[in-house]
Amino acid sequence: MILDSKIPAGPLAEKWTKHKFNMKLVNPANKRKYEVIVVGTGLAGASAAASLAELGYNVKAFCFQDSPRRAHSIAAQGGINAAKNYQNDGDSIFRLFYDTIKGGDYRAREGNVYRLAEVSVNIIDQCVAQGVPFAREYGGLLANRSFGGAQVSRTFYARGQTGQQLLLGAYSALSRQVANGKVKLYPRTEMMDVVVIDGHARGIVTRNLITGAIETHAAHAVLLCTGGYGNVFFLSTNAMGSNVTAAWRAHKRGAYFANPCYTQIHPTCIPVSGDHQSKLTLMSESLRNDGRVWVPATVEMAEKLRKGQIKANDIPENERDYYLERKYPSFGNLVPRDVASRNAKYVCDEGRGVNETGEAVFLDFRDAIKRDGEDVIRAKYGNLFDMYQQITGENPYQVPMKIYPAVHYTMGGLWVDYNLMTTIPGLYALGEANFSDHGANRLGASALMQGLADGYFVIPYTVGDYLAQIGTKPVDANHPEFEKTAQEVKDRIQKLLSINGSKSVDYFHKKLGKIMWNECGMARTAEGLKKAKQEIRELRAEFWKDVKVLGENEELNQTLEKAHRVADFLELGELMIDDAYHRNESCGGHFREEYQTADGEALRDDENFAYVAAWKYTGDGQDEELNKEPLEFENVKLTQRSYK
Amino acid sequence: MKLTLKVWRQKNKADQGGFVTYPIDGISKDMSFLEMMDVLNEELTEKGEDPIHFDHDCREGICGMCSLYINGKPHGPQQTTTCQLHMRSFSDGDTITIEPWRAKAFPVVKDLVVDRSAFDRIIQAGGYVSVNTGGVPDANEIPIPKKIADEAFDAATCIGCGACVAACKNASAMLFTSAKISQLAMLPQGQVERKERAEKMIAQMDAEGFGACTNTGACAAECPKGISLSNIARMNREYFSAVVSSENM
Repeated sequence: MILDSKIPAGPLAEKWTKHKFNMKLVNPANKRKYEVIVVGTGLAGASAAASLAELGYNVKAFCFQDSPRRAHSIAAQGGINAAKNYQNDGDSIFRLFYDTIKGGDYRAREGNVYRLAEVSVNIIDQCVAQGVPFAREYGGLLANRSFGGAQVSRTFYARGQTGQQLLLGAYSALSRQVANGKVKLYPRTEMMDVVVIDGHARGIVTRNLITGAIETHAAHAVLLCTGGYGNVFFLSTNAMGSNVTAAWRAHKRGAYFANPCYTQIHPTCIPVSGDHQSKLTLMSESLRNDGRVWVPATVEMAEKLRKGQIKANDIPENERDYYLERKYPSFGNLVPRDVASRNAKYVCDEGRGVNETGEAVFLDFRDAIKRDGEDVIRAKYGNLFDMYQQITGENPYQVPMKIYPAVHYTMGGLWVDYNLMTTIPGLYALGEANFSDHGANRLGASALMQGLADGYFVIPYTVGDYLAQIGTKPVDANHPEFEKTAQEVKDRIQKLLSINGSKSVDYFHKKLGKIMWNECGMARTAEGLKKAKQEIRELRAEFWKDVKVLGENEELNQTLEKAHRVADFLELGELMIDDAYHRNESCGGHFREEYQTADGEALRDDENFAYVAAWKYTGDGQDEELNKEPLEFENVKLTQRSYK
Repeated sequence: MKLTLKVWRQKNKADQGGFVTYPIDGISKDMSFLEMMDVLNEELTEKGEDPIHFDHDCREGICGMCSLYINGKPHGPQQTTTCQLHMRSFSDGDTITIEPWRAKAFPVVKDLVVDRSAFDRIIQAGGYVSVNTGGVPDANEIPIPKKIADEAFDAATCIGCGACVAACKNASAMLFTSAKISQLAMLPQGQVERKERAEKMIAQMDAEGFGACTNTGACAAECPKGISLSNIARMNREYFSAVVSSENM
């Protein structure tokens, strides 16, 4: 299949405007004849559901949580980028576009990224109009801060809870449409499969998590806004329920999966404390505005620290290595995430890590507190400092924070064209669930931007173009394909419940996570990936023979829910490995040890790998088929990324 | 640490439910409370017993999904969410009693899981500014004094967990409802629908079966996000000014 990205021709800055004009429209009276399903109610899902309902479409919105307000977008801390140039510091749409393309290590589409930068300014206007309480200056205008990978201040924020405030804004817009009767909500309902009829997505199969009822829902279009798959690593900053199931089932029905190996490892997370750990907690990147990252200059000093013979604050200035400031003088502590993470790994691998496990570096606010006073730092980061103290029992106002990289975001996802449509007509993917805008590395404060851009300002146009073409005829909910797909879901549930083996679902999930983290995490090698592929295959076989899922389907059964998700992670893991193995270069978050520059930076191979790898499912246990979408760069010059 | 857990087990909404005692050993002080529950559930699974169901998701104190009434307090002894409560708050040999939120408007679904959809319906009644996507003014055309923006933000940090209802002996949802009414009443964007919003949200709150305010402040004392009692005072003012305004006379 030839992958057509449908990027409109013409100059970069005119593509979206032209495309909006060229797309077909659905007249207001006809909009009410269409049904649209939105799966997931995070920033992308809630904003899409609300915006489509406002236009007049009939929307059904699904989430597995007990309320749409709990989707994991809520946990985003630091902020949202927008090219407003309110600070008069040289920002522009083109600069945001350029920073994002460069930050993504030249593995994203120019057209998509430019559109993202273009609509970013509308997002801020929209959110303010909804009553989102962004941070403000004393004059009453909006405040900004800086984030990694940029030299301008373009990040809008609401203390350390920006995701929460933006999601509650989108949730309020969604709630209004629920009250208006244009959105029907299905909380505690999990999507189990997509129904494809004559090659088009025509509905979904769901499981009611309270009663276990398997239900089918018909629609003219299905939007997957189901987030990322970082939980394949077991430990990540994702919510416990975040999963790949919706995207993976769509993949198995024909939607290509793009760049699955592009994983973001976030540099500033609270380090792992023991085997019991169930998740990792992020400390916002915004902390790198004022915190300085360092480790002891020598291994001897680090050893003393680990043994508790000295304390961090006793280490004199000349014995500290502020390695980011030393190696990258112009970006300093604000280098992009992949660079910061990799360097933390290097210093820990050298034996200079600072906690008992040797897998942590310091993030120190001593100098900022001395400069600005504790109150100023508290006003900026109070909730993050409290959270840190709650989890670690240490007071970061007095001793430096300890941080270590952790899986945070997945740039890969379902392949979509410029209209956000997957390779299944009528099936769309928005937000983190798609692959389109961040290339091989996402810049901080860009996930919120993309989720809301897709939901508020892209899909309301592009879905109309498709709907206008297929006509208003209702989808036949009695088509045999619905019953057939539902039966397959039921069979799978029965299979999981009847194995009655000896090991818990978590046992398999933890084991998978370990394989993925060791071989497909911050650094990858061909040899390690090869080994991991075999291990995952064996683990998957063991899962289907020996997993223990108690209880029954017709009740709230959290073990069964988890079993489904882990079963899908066990398949996705192998595809991630294949993708990482095939990509013989390093780019952004994908770092193959064989391909690096003399000073340890990622070494791209633009000649052979400047493409999107889109994988097609070919059958259970079979290797997937690779399709390539070449990336064309007409407006930026591909260079070795430098933050020095 | 060695602990004794007394956990509320209830098969479904119709079941009467009751406490079951579980001894547990090998708990480290660095574990979060929910990780301790994970350990217990792994043990139960191994024995072939149905694991304890409880709500949780982000485990970083912001989604509001976790609940649990621990030793007679919502979210336990610290003023935080249960997922952020760590075992260092307990001592070896402690007995810990774990119950679901108890309120007429929050029926138990199973074990420690309750139905909080009443909160969604309160928001649906008016917890928004009625603007559609697009066609809004430039963000800096609505200047807001920093003090007001900060105060609105403080009200807006409510995570909708329901601890306020669980803490209140009348199971009142005044703190939750007032946080949203306050946020929007303080901001210029919320002025147009200010009166109607207060009336509708309060009517919905009453219709859901939440009780009246006790004026004891238990809700604010237990709120993991420190939502202030002054929001309730503001909501009452908003309500009175709405019902006595000329449109209603």
